Amino acid sequence: MSHYFSEIFTGGKSLLVGLGVTFKALTSPVVTVQYPREKIDISPNMRGHIDLIKDSESKNGLHRCISCGLCARNCPCSCIVVKGEKQEGVKGKVLKIFTLEFSKCSLCGLCVESCPTSAIDFSDEYELAAFSREAFNFDLLKRVQQGDTK
Amino acid sequence: MDFIVDIIAKYSLVRILISFSLLIAIIMLNAIVMGYLERKICARIQRRWGPMEVGVQGWMQMFLDGVKLLAKQLIVPREANPFLFRMAPLLCFTPVAMAFAVIPFSESFYAMDLNIGLIYLLAMGSLNVFAILIAGWSSNNKYSLFGALRSVAQNVAYEIPILLSLLAVVLVTTSFNFKEIVAYQSGLLSFWMCQPVAFIIFLVAGCAETNRVPFDLPEAESELTAGYFTEYGGFSFGLFAIAEYGNLFIMSSVATTVFLGGWNGPFGLDFYSGPILGVFWFLLKVFILMLIMIWVRWTYPRVRFDQLMNLSWKYLIPFSLVNLLITAFIVKII
Repeated sequence: MSHYFSEIFTGGKSLLVGLGVTFKALTSPVVTVQYPREKIDISPNMRGHIDLIKDSESKNGLHRCISCGLCARNCPCSCIVVKGEKQEGVKGKVLKIFTLEFSKCSLCGLCVESCPTSAIDFSDEYELAAFSREAFNFDLLKRVQQGDTK
Repeated sequence: MDFIVDIIAKYSLVRILISFSLLIAIIMLNAIVMGYLERKICARIQRRWGPMEVGVQGWMQMFLDGVKLLAKQLIVPREANPFLFRMAPLLCFTPVAMAFAVIPFSESFYAMDLNIGLIYLLAMGSLNVFAILIAGWSSNNKYSLFGALRSVAQNVAYEIPILLSLLAVVLVTTSFNFKEIVAYQSGLLSFWMCQPVAFIIFLVAGCAETNRVPFDLPEAESELTAGYFTEYGGFSFGLFAIAEYGNLFIMSSVATTVFLGGWNGPFGLDFYSGPILGVFWFLLKVFILMLIMIWVRWTYPRVRFDQLMNLSWKYLIPFSLVNLLITAFIVKII
């Protein structure tokens, strides 16, 4: 019999505690954002697709890539293509093609780590939905020329 | 103006038509307001925004949802009993509209003044279970049938504590008339102070009677998809939802009239009350109770079926019986 009444007491108490928990949540600020119009800040550790870093103090005035191809060779998914050419009067190679097939990329970051001149870094792009696979073949050289990188 | 008043006074049919169209408007409006508040408060308890897109703070969302439901095709499943399937939402909605007729919004603002108002209202309230049973059976769907059966068992179990807890008050007032019950509480006294056990029992059992969480076993989303209205779409689904909020309003207004002093202002202050302010106080009390119901809904998980039955038969009914006995004893002495 005492169990019967103690159960009412403890049960009722825990019900009131539960109501208190939800009341606290009710009065505390909202944590979600209205996404397409509001966006939260991106963490600096965010791994988007890779991008050439824009560097106006480098030799060619645009990026630090020396077309060595280490990133392409280190890539386990073979999704990076780098091609450079010798040009008259210019020391070293000139970058002609730097493409990324992002649909294959596993975002492992080996390219970023292996780059001897730290020319590439992760971007913070995350709104990447598209209708075709070809939309994910990024021309990174064009992006840095057009100033689309960060 | 006198002409209109004359007609209304002379022909009771006109009065019935006017009051019923007003009552149906109130039921619809109540469903819209409560639907909005439910979604908004649920969202804030889960620390979301809730509806924000349509209008300021999404206040038009429920109107547009209503339009969407109206525009949808009514589909009757091939294996269902078409007549009963179509009847069930109407049977669910009609008792709600009829029960609204005796709700005393204020001293002079009510559709009907019955001297058995309380009994009539409870009778109409329990008709709801027939509609649920018919809906569940005629859908010819196992989830619907399970929901309906659960609803019947639940309503049988919870009707008793509701009646017993209200009877404790009726023993004191010796009247089933809402006006007299409210008139009894016109001073400082309200029945929630001298009958706190009956008040709590009524609230818990009322929550179960309206099939709301934590007692929403008839519609248990995670087990029965939507319970008895699984097969319903469009406005027949809408009628079930409206009837659910209507039942919630009825339960809250019974609790308000019987336990919280109805249209009387708080603390027995006479200058606060009046025909217009009476409606205000009545609606304020009803909405506070309904907000508590929403708060409870988004706090507790659903009870198991044996817990549901245990709560009624082992706790609520014995307590309400003892409460009734004590009340009868005290009334006899005084």
